[in-house]
Amino acid sequence: MASSSSPLSSGDEPRPGDGEVSSLQWFLRGGRAAVSLPALILMAAFVGYAGLARGTGLTLAETLVMAGLVWALPSIVVLTGAIGTGLGIVPAGIAVALASVRLMPMTMAMIPMVKVPGRTKTWQLLYISHFIAVTAWVFAMHNLPKLPREARLPYFAGFSTLLTSSVTCVTGIAYLLVDELPPAVAGGLFLLTPVYFLCSLWGASRLSSDKLSMIAGLALGPLFYTFAPGLDLLWTGLVGGTLAYGVTRLRRRGLS
Amino acid sequence: MMLPFEAAVADTWWWPYVMILVAGWIATDMWRWIGVLAGGRLREDGELLIWVRAVATALVAGVISKLILFPTGVIEATPMWLRLLAALAGFAAYLGLGRRVIVGVLVAEVLLIGGWLLLGL
Repeated sequence: MASSSSPLSSGDEPRPGDGEVSSLQWFLRGGRAAVSLPALILMAAFVGYAGLARGTGLTLAETLVMAGLVWALPSIVVLTGAIGTGLGIVPAGIAVALASVRLMPMTMAMIPMVKVPGRTKTWQLLYISHFIAVTAWVFAMHNLPKLPREARLPYFAGFSTLLTSSVTCVTGIAYLLVDELPPAVAGGLFLLTPVYFLCSLWGASRLSSDKLSMIAGLALGPLFYTFAPGLDLLWTGLVGGTLAYGVTRLRRRGLS
Repeated sequence: MMLPFEAAVADTWWWPYVMILVAGWIATDMWRWIGVLAGGRLREDGELLIWVRAVATALVAGVISKLILFPTGVIEATPMWLRLLAALAGFAAYLGLGRRVIVGVLVAEVLLIGGWLLLGL
């Protein structure tokens, strides 16, 4: 991958002597990699969210706890709306759960990449799983395969721990400082996220089935949103992903 | 739908935190935990994992096109064609100019904000 915007291109590729690099050092390298374009873009998205939280009447402490503990922007936005309108805890929980089912297949796809069979502890995987959201997931799918297997978990742990804590801090600062952004700036902040995802998800697609499923997902997402709102993302993933998988498998191995 | 005791506690300072813990944290992280337990059984070179990856990728792509076509907030004021044009031009610039994510992002932003100001929104 020749992408010079990749935080890894600065020299975190495997080097001779990496055998002696400890987990702590990989953790720190991961933390250093979090100082990156995706972190800036995510911060911009959370600056936008801070305005929403303040407008909804959440306190600063509530906003921070929600950002760090839920750590998935769609769920956070849904929960903010639920608290703002005085929704009960049960319907609010169901709405948030529906908004975050997508994290399950994402986590499933990523875990085999970071797991060292026989050595990785389940609690370590549960810890890093908390940070799996689109930004960190795309980063992981893009960058982890370049690292030695033992390095991936500590590297991702360092990356995502620093990413989450710094983005949460920025959210708090934005809550205190930002009253009203000029609309063109707020709109620009909003568009950062999808365009960043668009480019980096393409970069993260190694297999032709990944590229094809990305195209299928882009096309089917709005379709299912129009005709089956609520579970639309799950349908988009299942139908688009299965189609793409089926087509590439047929091309790969014929009808066997 | 409110639970019987909710009306009594809804105005306490701690109730929002219970909401965040139960309806936010647990409701979100349970999917990640299930993903860890189920994903731990997948073989890294297995066909099943290729399919799961395809599903996850299509799903994330669905998030992207929803954000562009059906956004919420101030950006709703922009016409859909402007958002589509900005995003597509950004992606084309990413593909054409050395696959740099930053190039794609900048091109899209210049088009969106430029169009915004030109249209006088």
